[in-house]
Amino acid sequence: MSTIGYQQWAVDLAYVNSIYPFQGSEILMTIIGAVFWLGWHKVQFNQENHQMNEANEAANESSDNP
Amino acid sequence: MDGNLNALTTIFTEFYYWVTVVFMFLIHVGFCLYEVSASRQKNHMHTLMKNVMIIPLVTITFFLFGWWIYWTFPNFPLFGTLDLDAGRNNLPWSETMGTNLNDHITGVFWAAFLLFSWTAASIVSGSVIERIRSSAFWIHAILIGSVFWIIDAAWGWHYAGWMVRELGYHDAYASGVIHAIAGGYALGVLTVLGPRIGKFDANGVARIIPPHNPWLLAVGIFMIYTGFWGFYAACNVPIISPTLIDGQITGTTWTATNIYLTPTTLSAITFNFLMSLSGGLMAAYIVSKGDAFWTFSGGLAGIITASAGNDLYHPMQALFIGATGVICAYKLHYWVERKFKIDDAVGAVAVHGYAGVVGLIISGFVLWGVPSSPFEGYAAINPIGQLLGALIMFGLLGFLPAYLVTRLQSSLGVLRIPETIELQGLDFVDNQSCELAKEQLAAIEKERSAYGKTRS
Repeated sequence: MSTIGYQQWAVDLAYVNSIYPFQGSEILMTIIGAVFWLGWHKVQFNQENHQMNEANEAANESSDNP
Repeated sequence: MDGNLNALTTIFTEFYYWVTVVFMFLIHVGFCLYEVSASRQKNHMHTLMKNVMIIPLVTITFFLFGWWIYWTFPNFPLFGTLDLDAGRNNLPWSETMGTNLNDHITGVFWAAFLLFSWTAASIVSGSVIERIRSSAFWIHAILIGSVFWIIDAAWGWHYAGWMVRELGYHDAYASGVIHAIAGGYALGVLTVLGPRIGKFDANGVARIIPPHNPWLLAVGIFMIYTGFWGFYAACNVPIISPTLIDGQITGTTWTATNIYLTPTTLSAITFNFLMSLSGGLMAAYIVSKGDAFWTFSGGLAGIITASAGNDLYHPMQALFIGATGVICAYKLHYWVERKFKIDDAVGAVAVHGYAGVVGLIISGFVLWGVPSSPFEGYAAINPIGQLLGALIMFGLLGFLPAYLVTRLQSSLGVLRIPETIELQGLDFVDNQSCELAKEQLAAIEKERSAYGKTRS
Protein backbone atom coordinates (compact mmCIF):
# COMPACT_ATOMS: atom_id res chain seq x y z
CA MET A 1 0.00 0.00 0.00
CA SER A 2 1.15 3.56 -0.66
CA THR A 3 -0.54 6.81 0.40
CA ILE A 4 0.34 8.48 -2.92
CA GLY A 5 -0.96 5.73 -5.18
CA TYR A 6 2.45 4.51 -6.42
CA GLN A 7 4.38 1.72 -4.73
CA GLN A 8 7.41 2.00 -7.02
CA TRP A 9 8.80 4.50 -9.56
CA ALA A 10 8.79 2.06 -12.48
CA VAL A 11 6.43 4.36 -14.35
CA ASP A 12 6.41 6.61 -17.41
CA LEU A 13 6.36 10.10 -15.87
CA ALA A 14 4.34 11.41 -18.82
CA TYR A 15 1.35 9.62 -17.30
CA VAL A 16 1.90 10.61 -13.68
CA ASN A 17 -0.17 13.49 -12.32
CA SER A 18 -0.82 14.04 -8.61
CA ILE A 19 1.55 12.39 -6.17
CA TYR A 20 0.44 13.82 -2.82
CA PRO A 21 -0.91 11.52 -0.10
CA PHE A 22 -4.60 10.80 0.40
CA GLN A 23 -5.81 11.86 -3.03
CA GLY A 24 -9.58 12.09 -3.08
CA SER A 25 -9.78 13.90 0.25
CA GLU A 26 -9.03 17.37 -1.20
CA ILE A 27 -12.44 18.83 -0.40
CA LEU A 28 -12.27 17.55 3.17
CA MET A 29 -8.78 19.06 3.54
CA THR A 30 -10.08 22.36 2.19
CA ILE A 31 -12.95 22.38 4.69
CA ILE A 32 -10.56 21.64 7.54
CA GLY A 33 -8.28 24.44 6.27
CA ALA A 34 -11.17 26.92 6.17
CA VAL A 35 -12.27 25.95 9.70
CA PHE A 36 -8.68 26.35 10.93
CA TRP A 37 -8.46 29.80 9.30
CA LEU A 38 -11.77 31.08 10.72
CA GLY A 39 -11.10 29.49 14.10
CA TRP A 40 -7.75 31.24 14.25
CA HIS A 41 -9.49 34.62 13.92
CA LYS A 42 -11.91 33.72 16.71
CA VAL A 43 -9.15 32.64 19.09
CA GLN A 44 -6.96 35.63 18.19
CA PHE A 45 -9.83 38.07 18.72
CA ASN A 46 -10.51 36.65 22.19
CA GLN A 47 -6.81 36.74 23.09
CA GLU A 48 -6.54 40.32 21.88
CA ASN A 49 -9.55 41.37 23.96
CA HIS A 50 -7.96 39.80 27.01
CA GLN A 51 -4.61 41.51 26.33
CA MET A 52 -6.31 44.85 25.74
CA ASN A 53 -8.12 44.61 29.08
CA GLU A 54 -4.92 43.59 30.84
CA ALA A 55 -2.98 46.45 29.23
CA ASN A 56 -5.74 48.91 30.00
CA GLU A 57 -5.72 47.93 33.68
CA ALA A 58 -1.93 48.08 33.85
CA ALA A 59 -1.91 51.49 32.16
CA ASN A 60 -4.54 52.81 34.56
CA GLU A 61 -2.64 51.44 37.58
CA SER A 62 0.55 52.99 36.28
CA SER A 63 -1.08 56.40 35.91
CA ASP A 64 -2.65 56.10 39.40
CA ASN A 65 0.76 55.32 40.99
CA PRO A 66 3.28 57.52 39.24
CA MET B 1 6.50 17.96 -21.30
CA ASP B 2 6.79 16.29 -24.66
CA GLY B 3 10.24 16.85 -26.20
CA ASN B 4 13.42 18.49 -24.93
CA LEU B 5 12.58 22.05 -26.06
CA ASN B 6 9.21 21.95 -24.33
CA ALA B 7 10.81 20.51 -21.21
CA LEU B 8 13.49 23.22 -21.16
CA THR B 9 10.95 25.99 -21.72
CA THR B 10 8.73 24.67 -18.97
CA ILE B 11 11.52 24.18 -16.44
CA PHE B 12 12.98 27.60 -17.35
CA THR B 13 9.58 29.25 -16.80
CA GLU B 14 9.09 27.38 -13.54
CA PHE B 15 12.52 28.43 -12.29
CA TYR B 16 12.03 32.02 -13.55
CA TYR B 17 8.87 32.54 -11.49
CA TRP B 18 10.41 30.80 -8.49
CA VAL B 19 13.31 33.28 -8.52
CA THR B 20 10.89 36.20 -8.72
CA VAL B 21 9.07 34.90 -5.65
CA VAL B 22 12.29 34.72 -3.65
CA PHE B 23 13.15 38.28 -4.70
CA MET B 24 9.68 39.51 -3.83
CA PHE B 25 10.01 38.09 -0.33
CA LEU B 26 12.43 40.97 0.22
CA ILE B 27 9.58 43.42 -0.37
CA HIS B 28 7.91 42.08 2.73
CA VAL B 29 11.13 42.13 4.73
CA GLY B 30 11.58 45.74 3.60
CA PHE B 31 8.05 46.72 4.57
CA CYS B 32 8.54 45.19 8.04
CA LEU B 33 11.81 47.10 8.57
CA TYR B 34 10.31 50.30 7.22
CA GLU B 35 7.17 50.09 9.30
CA VAL B 36 8.94 49.23 12.55
CA SER B 37 11.46 52.02 11.97
CA ALA B 38 8.68 54.52 11.40
CA SER B 39 6.87 53.48 14.60
CA ARG B 40 7.80 54.67 18.06
CA GLN B 41 9.71 52.38 20.39
CA LYS B 42 6.65 51.74 22.56
CA ASN B 43 4.87 50.08 19.62
CA HIS B 44 7.63 48.04 17.95
CA MET B 45 6.59 44.47 18.52
CA HIS B 46 2.92 45.00 17.77
CA THR B 47 3.81 46.89 14.61
CA LEU B 48 6.05 44.03 13.52
CA MET B 49 3.52 41.32 14.32
CA LYS B 50 0.76 43.19 12.51
CA ASN B 51 2.76 43.04 9.30
CA VAL B 52 4.29 39.57 9.73
CA MET B 53 0.90 37.90 10.18
CA ILE B 54 -0.16 39.18 6.76
CA ILE B 55 1.96 36.34 5.39
CA PRO B 56 -0.03 33.34 6.68
CA LEU B 57 -3.45 35.00 6.63
CA VAL B 58 -3.28 36.20 3.05
CA THR B 59 -1.59 32.97 1.95
CA ILE B 60 -4.27 30.64 3.28
CA THR B 61 -7.11 32.80 1.94
CA PHE B 62 -5.41 33.24 -1.41
CA PHE B 63 -5.19 29.45 -1.61
CA LEU B 64 -8.81 29.01 -0.54
CA PHE B 65 -10.45 31.60 -2.82
CA GLY B 66 -8.14 34.40 -4.06
CA TRP B 67 -6.62 32.44 -6.91
CA TRP B 68 -10.02 31.16 -8.02
CA ILE B 69 -11.31 34.76 -8.19
CA TYR B 70 -8.56 35.70 -10.66
CA TRP B 71 -9.58 33.02 -13.13
CA THR B 72 -13.34 33.36 -12.82
CA PHE B 73 -13.85 37.13 -12.63
CA PRO B 74 -12.40 38.57 -15.91
CA ASN B 75 -15.87 39.42 -17.25
CA PHE B 76 -17.98 39.20 -14.11
CA PRO B 77 -20.35 40.91 -13.38
CA LEU B 78 -20.64 43.56 -16.13
CA PHE B 79 -19.75 41.57 -19.24
CA GLY B 80 -20.65 38.01 -18.44
CA THR B 81 -20.96 35.36 -15.78
CA LEU B 82 -18.28 33.73 -13.67
CA ASP B 83 -15.90 31.71 -15.85
CA LEU B 84 -16.33 28.49 -13.91
CA ASP B 85 -14.44 26.43 -16.49
CA ALA B 86 -11.29 28.50 -16.02
CA GLY B 87 -11.85 28.51 -12.27
CA ARG B 88 -12.16 24.74 -12.02
CA ASN B 89 -8.41 24.13 -12.30
CA ASN B 90 -7.71 26.75 -9.66
CA LEU B 91 -10.01 25.65 -6.88
CA PRO B 92 -8.22 24.61 -3.69
CA TRP B 93 -9.21 20.98 -4.28
CA SER B 94 -8.12 20.92 -7.92
CA GLU B 95 -5.41 18.40 -8.74
CA THR B 96 -3.20 21.15 -10.20
CA MET B 97 -3.22 22.95 -6.83
CA GLY B 98 -0.79 20.43 -5.35
CA THR B 99 2.19 18.21 -6.07
CA ASN B 100 1.57 17.25 -9.68
CA LEU B 101 4.25 16.01 -12.08
CA ASN B 102 2.31 17.20 -15.11
CA ASP B 103 1.98 20.80 -13.92
CA HIS B 104 5.15 22.76 -13.18
CA ILE B 105 3.65 26.23 -13.52
CA THR B 106 0.52 26.62 -11.37
CA GLY B 107 2.39 26.62 -8.05
CA VAL B 108 4.99 29.22 -8.99
CA PHE B 109 2.50 31.40 -10.86
CA TRP B 110 0.13 31.25 -7.87
CA ALA B 111 3.01 32.20 -5.59
CA ALA B 112 4.00 35.17 -7.77
CA PHE B 113 0.46 36.51 -7.53
CA LEU B 114 0.38 35.73 -3.82
CA LEU B 115 3.47 37.85 -3.20
CA PHE B 116 1.67 40.73 -4.93
CA SER B 117 -1.17 40.12 -2.47
CA TRP B 118 1.17 40.42 0.50
CA THR B 119 2.50 43.65 -0.96
CA ALA B 120 -0.98 45.13 -1.35
CA ALA B 121 -1.81 44.32 2.28
CA SER B 122 1.57 45.52 3.50
CA ILE B 123 1.10 48.91 1.83
CA VAL B 124 -2.07 49.44 3.86
CA SER B 125 -0.39 48.14 7.02
CA GLY B 126 2.20 50.95 7.18
CA SER B 127 -0.29 53.78 7.00
CA VAL B 128 -2.38 52.65 10.00
CA ILE B 129 0.33 51.89 12.55
CA GLU B 130 0.18 52.66 16.27
CA ARG B 131 -3.60 52.85 16.67
CA ILE B 132 -5.46 50.09 14.78
CA ARG B 133 -6.32 46.81 16.44
CA SER B 134 -4.41 43.95 14.82
CA SER B 135 -7.59 41.86 14.50
CA ALA B 136 -9.28 44.71 12.61
CA PHE B 137 -6.30 45.21 10.32
CA TRP B 138 -6.02 41.52 9.46
CA ILE B 139 -9.59 41.54 8.14
CA HIS B 140 -8.50 44.36 5.83
CA ALA B 141 -5.34 42.48 4.87
CA ILE B 142 -7.45 39.55 3.70
CA LEU B 143 -9.92 41.80 1.88
CA ILE B 144 -7.29 43.76 -0.04
CA GLY B 145 -4.91 40.79 -0.46
CA SER B 146 -7.29 37.97 -1.35
CA VAL B 147 -10.41 39.72 -2.65
CA PHE B 148 -10.26 43.26 -4.00
CA TRP B 149 -6.85 43.42 -5.63
CA ILE B 150 -7.38 40.08 -7.27
CA ILE B 151 -10.76 41.21 -8.64
CA ASP B 152 -9.01 44.22 -10.18
CA ALA B 153 -6.32 41.91 -11.54
CA ALA B 154 -9.00 39.74 -13.17
CA TRP B 155 -10.59 42.83 -14.73
CA GLY B 156 -7.50 44.80 -15.74
CA TRP B 157 -4.45 42.58 -15.45
CA HIS B 158 -5.56 39.48 -17.33
CA TYR B 159 -5.24 38.92 -21.07
CA ALA B 160 -9.03 38.49 -21.28
CA GLY B 161 -10.11 41.03 -18.65
CA TRP B 162 -13.04 43.29 -19.56
CA MET B 163 -11.14 46.48 -18.74
CA VAL B 164 -8.44 45.55 -21.24
CA ARG B 165 -10.93 44.63 -23.92
CA GLU B 166 -13.47 47.42 -23.46
CA LEU B 167 -11.35 50.30 -22.12
CA GLY B 168 -7.94 49.48 -23.58
CA TYR B 169 -6.64 49.47 -20.00
CA HIS B 170 -2.88 49.00 -19.82
CA ASP B 171 -0.97 48.61 -16.56
CA ALA B 172 1.99 46.37 -17.25
CA TYR B 173 3.77 46.63 -13.87
CA ALA B 174 0.77 47.45 -11.71
CA SER B 175 0.66 51.23 -11.14
CA GLY B 176 -3.05 50.75 -10.64
CA VAL B 177 -3.72 47.09 -9.99
CA ILE B 178 -1.47 46.98 -6.94
CA HIS B 179 -0.45 50.50 -5.98
CA ALA B 180 -3.45 52.69 -6.73
CA ILE B 181 -5.86 50.20 -5.19
CA ALA B 182 -3.73 49.73 -2.07
CA GLY B 183 -3.31 53.49 -1.69
CA GLY B 184 -7.04 54.05 -2.14
CA TYR B 185 -7.77 51.26 0.32
CA ALA B 186 -5.40 52.78 2.90
CA LEU B 187 -7.12 56.16 2.50
CA GLY B 188 -10.52 54.55 3.04
CA VAL B 189 -9.34 52.99 6.32
CA LEU B 190 -7.56 56.16 7.47
CA THR B 191 -10.61 58.34 6.85
CA VAL B 192 -12.54 56.40 9.49
CA LEU B 193 -9.66 55.37 11.77
CA GLY B 194 -8.49 58.92 12.47
CA PRO B 195 -5.04 60.23 13.35
CA ARG B 196 -2.68 59.11 16.10
CA ILE B 197 -3.06 61.03 19.37
CA GLY B 198 -0.90 64.13 19.13
CA LYS B 199 -0.54 64.14 15.35
CA PHE B 200 -2.47 67.41 15.04
CA ASP B 201 -2.29 70.34 17.45
CA ALA B 202 -5.31 72.24 18.78
CA ASN B 203 -5.35 74.38 15.65
CA GLY B 204 -5.33 71.35 13.40
CA VAL B 205 -1.75 71.83 12.29
CA ALA B 206 0.07 68.55 11.67
CA ARG B 207 3.03 67.67 13.86
CA ILE B 208 5.88 65.56 12.56
CA ILE B 209 6.20 62.20 14.31
CA PRO B 210 9.71 61.33 13.11
CA PRO B 211 10.82 57.75 12.38
CA HIS B 212 12.70 56.49 15.43
CA ASN B 213 15.40 54.87 13.29
CA PRO B 214 16.03 56.58 9.92
CA TRP B 215 18.92 54.25 9.08
CA LEU B 216 16.84 51.09 9.48
CA LEU B 217 14.13 52.80 7.48
CA ALA B 218 16.62 53.35 4.65
CA VAL B 219 17.60 49.67 4.75
CA GLY B 220 13.92 48.77 4.56
CA ILE B 221 13.39 50.90 1.48
CA PHE B 222 16.47 49.44 -0.21
CA MET B 223 15.09 45.96 0.47
CA ILE B 224 11.83 47.02 -1.17
CA TYR B 225 13.75 48.34 -4.19
CA THR B 226 15.54 44.99 -4.43
CA GLY B 227 12.35 43.00 -4.17
CA PHE B 228 10.79 45.24 -6.78
CA TRP B 229 13.12 43.70 -9.39
CA GLY B 230 11.44 40.40 -8.73
CA PHE B 231 8.04 42.08 -8.91
CA TYR B 232 8.82 43.45 -12.36
CA ALA B 233 10.14 40.16 -13.68
CA ALA B 234 7.13 38.34 -12.25
CA CYS B 235 4.80 40.58 -14.29
CA ASN B 236 6.25 39.12 -17.51
CA VAL B 237 5.78 35.86 -19.31
CA PRO B 238 9.46 35.04 -19.84
CA ILE B 239 9.25 33.18 -23.13
CA ILE B 240 6.35 32.29 -25.41
CA SER B 241 5.79 31.57 -29.10
CA PRO B 242 3.30 33.42 -31.33
CA THR B 243 1.61 30.08 -31.92
CA LEU B 244 0.96 29.64 -28.24
CA ILE B 245 -0.30 33.22 -27.87
CA ASP B 246 -2.67 32.48 -30.75
CA GLY B 247 -3.33 36.13 -31.50
CA GLN B 248 -2.46 38.50 -34.32
CA ILE B 249 1.34 38.31 -34.00
CA THR B 250 2.77 36.66 -37.12
CA GLY B 251 6.00 34.76 -37.73
CA THR B 252 7.83 32.34 -35.45
CA THR B 253 9.90 34.66 -33.25
CA TRP B 254 9.54 33.76 -29.60
CA THR B 255 9.33 36.66 -27.19
CA ALA B 256 8.85 37.75 -23.62
CA THR B 257 5.49 39.42 -23.01
CA ASN B 258 3.71 41.34 -20.32
CA ILE B 259 0.63 39.88 -18.59
CA TYR B 260 -1.52 40.92 -21.59
CA LEU B 261 0.69 38.77 -23.88
CA THR B 262 1.92 41.84 -25.81
CA PRO B 263 5.66 41.82 -26.49
CA THR B 264 8.37 43.44 -24.38
CA THR B 265 11.83 42.46 -23.14
CA LEU B 266 13.43 42.03 -19.74
CA SER B 267 16.11 44.42 -20.98
CA ALA B 268 13.53 47.16 -21.65
CA ILE B 269 12.05 46.99 -18.21
CA THR B 270 15.53 47.01 -16.65
CA PHE B 271 16.27 50.31 -18.42
CA ASN B 272 13.00 51.79 -17.32
CA PHE B 273 13.05 50.50 -13.76
CA LEU B 274 16.36 52.19 -13.10
CA MET B 275 15.52 55.40 -14.93
CA SER B 276 12.16 55.85 -13.20
CA LEU B 277 13.82 55.09 -9.85
CA SER B 278 16.37 57.80 -10.61
CA GLY B 279 13.77 60.30 -11.77
CA GLY B 280 11.81 59.67 -8.58
CA LEU B 281 14.83 60.06 -6.30
CA MET B 282 15.96 63.27 -8.00
CA ALA B 283 12.53 64.89 -7.97
CA ALA B 284 11.87 63.85 -4.37
CA TYR B 285 15.18 65.24 -3.19
CA ILE B 286 14.41 68.62 -4.73
CA VAL B 287 10.74 68.85 -3.80
CA SER B 288 11.34 67.74 -0.20
CA LYS B 289 14.52 69.82 0.10
CA GLY B 290 16.67 66.78 0.79
CA ASP B 291 14.40 65.10 3.36
CA ALA B 292 15.69 61.53 3.66
CA PHE B 293 12.27 59.93 4.26
CA TRP B 294 10.71 61.51 1.18
CA THR B 295 13.77 61.01 -1.01
CA PHE B 296 13.83 57.26 -0.32
CA SER B 297 10.08 56.99 -0.78
CA GLY B 298 10.31 59.13 -3.90
CA GLY B 299 12.48 56.52 -5.59
CA LEU B 300 9.72 54.01 -5.03
CA ALA B 301 7.03 56.45 -6.15
CA GLY B 302 9.01 57.14 -9.34
CA ILE B 303 8.99 53.47 -10.27
CA ILE B 304 5.31 53.16 -9.36
CA THR B 305 4.34 56.13 -11.54
CA ALA B 306 6.12 54.79 -14.61
CA SER B 307 5.11 51.17 -14.03
CA ALA B 308 1.90 51.28 -16.09
CA GLY B 309 3.90 51.76 -19.30
CA ASN B 310 7.43 50.65 -18.41
CA ASP B 311 7.13 47.77 -20.89
CA LEU B 312 7.10 50.31 -23.72
CA TYR B 313 8.52 53.68 -22.57
CA HIS B 314 11.87 55.04 -23.63
CA PRO B 315 14.18 55.27 -20.58
CA MET B 316 14.15 59.09 -20.68
CA GLN B 317 10.34 59.02 -20.71
CA ALA B 318 10.41 56.70 -17.70
CA LEU B 319 12.72 59.15 -15.90
CA PHE B 320 10.49 62.19 -16.43
CA ILE B 321 7.25 60.33 -15.79
CA GLY B 322 8.72 59.01 -12.53
CA ALA B 323 9.77 62.52 -11.53
CA THR B 324 6.36 63.99 -12.37
CA GLY B 325 4.53 61.41 -10.30
CA VAL B 326 6.68 62.10 -7.27
CA ILE B 327 6.03 65.85 -7.37
CA CYS B 328 2.28 65.25 -7.62
CA ALA B 329 2.30 62.63 -4.85
CA TYR B 330 4.32 64.83 -2.49
CA LYS B 331 2.10 67.88 -2.99
CA LEU B 332 -1.09 65.84 -2.72
CA HIS B 333 0.07 64.18 0.51
CA TYR B 334 0.43 67.48 2.35
CA TRP B 335 -2.69 68.99 0.82
CA VAL B 336 -4.82 66.01 1.93
CA GLU B 337 -3.17 66.00 5.35
CA ARG B 338 -3.96 69.69 5.89
CA LYS B 339 -7.43 69.63 4.39
CA PHE B 340 -8.82 66.33 5.75
CA LYS B 341 -6.55 65.73 8.78
CA ILE B 342 -5.46 62.36 7.44
CA ASP B 343 -2.56 60.82 9.37
CA ASP B 344 -0.80 58.52 6.91
CA ALA B 345 2.13 57.42 9.05
CA VAL B 346 4.38 56.30 6.19
CA GLY B 347 3.00 58.27 3.25
CA ALA B 348 1.63 55.08 1.68
CA VAL B 349 -1.42 56.74 0.15
CA ALA B 350 0.84 59.22 -1.64
CA VAL B 351 3.68 56.91 -2.66
CA HIS B 352 1.41 54.11 -3.86
CA GLY B 353 -2.03 55.62 -4.39
CA TYR B 354 -1.46 59.07 -5.86
CA ALA B 355 1.67 58.04 -7.77
CA GLY B 356 -0.19 55.03 -9.20
CA VAL B 357 -3.14 57.16 -10.32
CA VAL B 358 -0.91 59.81 -11.87
CA GLY B 359 1.06 57.09 -13.65
CA LEU B 360 -2.09 55.60 -15.18
CA ILE B 361 -3.30 58.99 -16.40
CA ILE B 362 0.06 59.90 -17.95
CA SER B 363 0.34 56.52 -19.67
CA GLY B 364 -3.02 57.09 -21.35
CA PHE B 365 -1.56 60.06 -23.22
CA VAL B 366 1.96 58.75 -23.83
CA LEU B 367 0.73 55.37 -25.11
CA TRP B 368 -2.39 56.69 -26.89
CA GLY B 369 -3.38 54.35 -29.76
CA VAL B 370 -1.01 51.52 -28.83
CA PRO B 371 -2.72 48.09 -29.10
CA SER B 372 -3.55 46.85 -25.61
CA SER B 373 -3.70 43.20 -26.64
CA PRO B 374 -2.43 40.80 -29.30
CA PHE B 375 -6.03 39.70 -29.85
CA GLU B 376 -8.55 41.16 -32.25
CA GLY B 377 -11.40 43.37 -31.04
CA TYR B 378 -9.65 44.98 -28.08
CA ALA B 379 -9.72 48.77 -27.56
CA ALA B 380 -6.41 50.57 -27.97
CA ILE B 381 -4.76 52.32 -25.01
CA ASN B 382 -6.33 55.77 -24.53
CA PRO B 383 -6.56 58.54 -21.91
CA ILE B 384 -10.22 57.95 -21.03
CA GLY B 385 -9.72 54.23 -20.52
CA GLN B 386 -6.73 54.84 -18.28
CA LEU B 387 -8.56 57.52 -16.29
CA LEU B 388 -11.56 55.24 -15.78
CA GLY B 389 -9.16 52.48 -14.83
CA ALA B 390 -7.54 54.72 -12.23
CA LEU B 391 -10.95 55.56 -10.75
CA ILE B 392 -11.92 51.90 -10.60
CA MET B 393 -8.65 50.91 -8.94
CA PHE B 394 -8.29 53.76 -6.44
CA GLY B 395 -11.95 54.52 -5.79
CA LEU B 396 -14.30 51.64 -6.57
CA LEU B 397 -12.15 48.68 -5.48
CA GLY B 398 -9.84 50.55 -3.09
CA PHE B 399 -11.35 53.44 -1.14
CA LEU B 400 -15.03 52.41 -1.15
CA PRO B 401 -14.89 48.89 0.33
CA ALA B 402 -12.24 49.95 2.83
CA TYR B 403 -14.36 52.86 3.99
CA LEU B 404 -17.49 50.73 4.38
CA VAL B 405 -15.80 47.88 6.23
CA THR B 406 -13.93 50.27 8.51
CA ARG B 407 -17.16 52.10 9.31
CA LEU B 408 -18.69 48.77 10.26
CA GLN B 409 -15.71 47.88 12.48
CA SER B 410 -15.89 51.31 14.09
CA SER B 411 -19.59 50.97 14.84
CA LEU B 412 -18.94 47.56 16.44
CA GLY B 413 -16.16 49.04 18.58
CA VAL B 414 -13.49 46.69 17.24
CA LEU B 415 -11.44 49.10 15.14
CA ARG B 416 -9.19 51.19 17.34
CA ILE B 417 -7.15 50.46 20.46
CA PRO B 418 -8.22 52.20 23.69
CA GLU B 419 -6.75 55.65 24.30
CA THR B 420 -4.88 54.62 27.46
CA ILE B 421 -3.05 51.89 25.57
CA GLU B 422 -2.27 54.20 22.66
CA LEU B 423 -0.68 56.66 25.09
CA GLN B 424 1.31 54.03 26.99
CA GLY B 425 2.19 52.09 23.86
CA LEU B 426 0.94 48.81 22.45
CA ASP B 427 3.95 46.98 23.88
CA PHE B 428 3.27 48.40 27.35
CA VAL B 429 2.51 45.10 29.09
CA ASP B 430 5.39 43.29 27.36
CA ASN B 431 7.74 46.16 28.10
CA GLN B 432 6.61 46.27 31.71
CA SER B 433 7.30 42.53 32.11
CA CYS B 434 10.65 43.00 30.41
CA GLU B 435 11.61 45.86 32.72
CA LEU B 436 10.55 43.81 35.75
CA ALA B 437 12.62 40.84 34.54
CA LYS B 438 15.64 43.12 33.98
CA GLU B 439 15.28 44.57 37.48
CA GLN B 440 15.09 41.08 38.98
CA LEU B 441 18.15 39.94 37.05
CA ALA B 442 20.08 43.05 38.09
CA ALA B 443 19.15 42.40 41.73
CA ILE B 444 20.29 38.77 41.50
CA GLU B 445 23.59 39.80 39.87
CA LYS B 446 24.16 42.42 42.56
CA GLU B 447 23.46 39.89 45.29
CA ARG B 448 25.83 37.31 43.71
CA SER B 449 28.49 39.93 43.27
CA ALA B 450 28.25 40.97 46.93
CA TYR B 451 28.39 37.29 47.98
CA GLY B 452 31.50 36.77 45.82
CA LYS B 453 33.26 39.75 47.42
CA THR B 454 32.46 38.49 50.95
CA ARG B 455 33.95 35.04 50.13
CA SER B 456 37.14 36.47 48.69
